[in-house]
Amino acid sequence: MPDAAQKIVVRCTVNGAAESVSAYPMARLLDVLREELKLTGTKEGCGEGECGACSVLIDGELVNSCLVPAMQAEGADIRTIEGIASGEQLHAVQEAFLECGGAQCGICTPGMVMAAVNLLARVPEPAEEEVRAGLSGNLCRCTGYMKIFETVLHACQQVKVGA
Amino acid sequence: MRSYIPAYELRAPKDLAAALGLLASEPGVWKPFAGGTDLMVLLEAGKLEHRKFVNLRGLGELRGVEETPEFVTLGALTTYSDVQRNATMQREFSLLCRAAAETGSVATQNRGTLGGNIANASPAADSPPALLVYDAELELISAGGSRWTPYRGFHTGYKKMNMRADELIGRIRIRRGGEGRKIYFRKVGTRKAQAISKVCLAGAARVEDGKIEDIRIALGSVAPMPLRCVKTEAVLRGRRLDLALVRAAREELAREIAPIDDMRSSARYRGRVAGNLLEEFLGELDGG
Repeated sequence: MPDAAQKIVVRCTVNGAAESVSAYPMARLLDVLREELKLTGTKEGCGEGECGACSVLIDGELVNSCLVPAMQAEGADIRTIEGIASGEQLHAVQEAFLECGGAQCGICTPGMVMAAVNLLARVPEPAEEEVRAGLSGNLCRCTGYMKIFETVLHACQQVKVGA
Repeated sequence: MRSYIPAYELRAPKDLAAALGLLASEPGVWKPFAGGTDLMVLLEAGKLEHRKFVNLRGLGELRGVEETPEFVTLGALTTYSDVQRNATMQREFSLLCRAAAETGSVATQNRGTLGGNIANASPAADSPPALLVYDAELELISAGGSRWTPYRGFHTGYKKMNMRADELIGRIRIRRGGEGRKIYFRKVGTRKAQAISKVCLAGAARVEDGKIEDIRIALGSVAPMPLRCVKTEAVLRGRRLDLALVRAAREELAREIAPIDDMRSSARYRGRVAGNLLEEFLGELDGG
């Protein structure tokens, strides 16, 4: 198969830092993050937009990075799981995952955290129904979800206390 | 198996005119690429046969929602999330909001576009039945100009569309003033959230003194393309709802649709559920 495409330079902001990466235009953002930028916190689950393990934020919106071609990251403000904590200080959602036992094997956890952070940014005090809807694109094969819902509801309490 | 990524071209034209120029320069060679939520899935599965794409995502000309007293006009790059956030859409076009809310996950809704959903031409897409009920019109644009065409009749067969290779879907227009109609939307899939439809029904009707003055019914996943069921509508229009009418409408619907067996469901199940959804919709109309 011929290499029809030339690599392009994609300039974007990742977790607050300006980045400039060389990639094929149709390379998945997921692979660019993991392999070029060594940000391996973002996981690959299904690779077809069904499981949410590769969730990142682009310009504040939750997306599946397996479905975003590198070219569409040009100029984007990207936030990955590595950009959620402030240095050693975990985000309230991350703290809540530890406290409530929201993580088991952990492969879905980075995506769950991204979806939860995004949900709380949109809906600061979600009802359980809203938590379920906000996380409906993130699959977990271990927890049965109940601990994760508890985690997110607990996290918004903590955000309120902290604020 | 996953595709060989360097074999795929994706060009970023600087504006809409440049995109249309590229499409016109070699008709059929370049295909549009919008949110990527369908095409990237094919790419990963090694099933994306076409190799040259034009990236539309950065084109501001294809974004935005315009409102006039007569129409709401949505840019082709309007995402499912944009639809749900728009106050006019929530107020006047709740069927489309419901369809948008049940398409994939939040992440898919943030990225997937209405124009892409139409042009991907899946018979199982969820926004087309709502658009068919609203008698949507599509603006097809090319380097040579633009034309408006009714969405009904746009899909002519499985993945076949009434659109030239040098054309793009520019905008989608829906007529205002349909308030007061009762609406119905139900998607049946393997699980409640984020599953591709086995059957999807969108309906709207105006009932006065027990008589169906106007009714519109459209279904997904029961034919080679999203289907407006005009024959079933004709059985119901102008009639009073009773059990015999419901039975007649079910029988007509069974003749009008052509479901198939595939990995998601069987023709028999789809036919039965389509009839059940129609009956549920009509039952809700009867409730006053």
